[in-house]
Amino acid sequence: MAHEETVYDALGNAQEDHGHWAFGTGFDEPLAGVDTTVPDGIDPAELGEYCLMLGDDALVLAQRLTQWITASPELEEEVAVANVALDLLGQARLLLARAGSVGVLGRSRERATESIPDEDALAYFRDADEFRCTALVAAPNGDFAQTMARLLVAATVRLAVFARLRDSRDPVLAAIAAKGVNELAYHRDHAARWVLRLGDGTDESHRRAQAGVAAVWPLLDDVFTATDLERRLTDAGVAVDPSTVRDEVHGVLTEVLERATLTVPAWPADAAPRGRLGEHGPELAELLETLQSLARQHPAATW
Amino acid sequence: MSAPVTVDPWEVAAAVTDPELPMVTLADLGVLRDVRIEDDGAVVVEITPTYTGCPAMGVMRADLVLALHRAGFDDVDVRTVLSPAWSTDWISEAGRAKLAAGGIAPPGKAPVRATGPVPLQLGPTRRTAACPLCGSSDTEELSEFGATACKALRRCRTCREPFEHVKEI
Repeated sequence: MAHEETVYDALGNAQEDHGHWAFGTGFDEPLAGVDTTVPDGIDPAELGEYCLMLGDDALVLAQRLTQWITASPELEEEVAVANVALDLLGQARLLLARAGSVGVLGRSRERATESIPDEDALAYFRDADEFRCTALVAAPNGDFAQTMARLLVAATVRLAVFARLRDSRDPVLAAIAAKGVNELAYHRDHAARWVLRLGDGTDESHRRAQAGVAAVWPLLDDVFTATDLERRLTDAGVAVDPSTVRDEVHGVLTEVLERATLTVPAWPADAAPRGRLGEHGPELAELLETLQSLARQHPAATW
Repeated sequence: MSAPVTVDPWEVAAAVTDPELPMVTLADLGVLRDVRIEDDGAVVVEITPTYTGCPAMGVMRADLVLALHRAGFDDVDVRTVLSPAWSTDWISEAGRAKLAAGGIAPPGKAPVRATGPVPLQLGPTRRTAACPLCGSSDTEELSEFGATACKALRRCRTCREPFEHVKEI
């Protein structure tokens, strides 16, 4: 057997079966070598659907944050936002790969060519109505203050859910959550310090922070409402019923806003799940248009 | 080509350096978790990502395969291990010394992640790091996020030079 001369040759050989799929990294399967056996008593299809909910939240928020690249208020912040997005993208890759490992691929496999890994098929070849993210992450960024208010809220919810998911009966989900908790703590605290700095800053920054919070708060209305699937999986010890993190999330957000001299808006009344069931506003389709256009125009592109 | 029996695949894998921190090896970082030879002669290597989104994993994987191929091991399987999650506490003393010599401040003790809610850290971070250039302990954090997922940006108040710091996780 001929041995590779350079690491690039090794990358090529490692990928012989897949070609150089142009839109993923092409040479790294995130669950390579991980035991993906589903424990007894867990419905694999439901587990996969739940992983799409958590994975789509991360993928879509990562894409929103990435829209600040070249537009952030300072260079260090651009690096920070990119890092947060990268962590979320990593979580999305693992969760979408987990969904693919149990065969939950929706209609993506009808569109994606064989050589495209499951995680990329799910990211690039599902339409908006197949996405399971909430409006909290799909809503447009607004200005920087609103972006940080949304990141604070979304990271606080996700951190609270992931902290509990560390005990999931699915060992893959539990491992993803345990790793994610360490990262999400950095994300939440980073956003919290910005809300503090802006809220307790100048009149203008205070005004923008308060307006950002006011724009984000209504998006919480369906965040704490479990779908039937989440309830069943919570009973099975796999998932976290989002209603159980409500008090913790309210407490954290109240603490940050009060320290930031901001008024805590009224909490929105509970609404039936929308995003988790595939009901989204036009802003998600718009975001996906950007995210997916290259992959869809050149479905077998290689590099 | 088969490997001479004198070659220990652990030694080969342990010498592979990190693509983004070339002064330290994957073993120094604690990213390399296990190297073993299966009954059929295949070498199984286990690595764990530093951060979930670490884009260097693919290159690490390829570098490990390349190094082991060059050492005569034809059948190499690099596997990902997610649990337990990587911690900067796994960076060896030798790795910390190499980081410092390379101008990157090594991490302090990682925060303990107990079960239950993760407490908010709203104030300036309490972590400290000595300047790897002049040794001064009078340094400040510029940003918790740096050029790679695993590093923060700091500045030395004594020699005024900026430097990177492997942040605790």
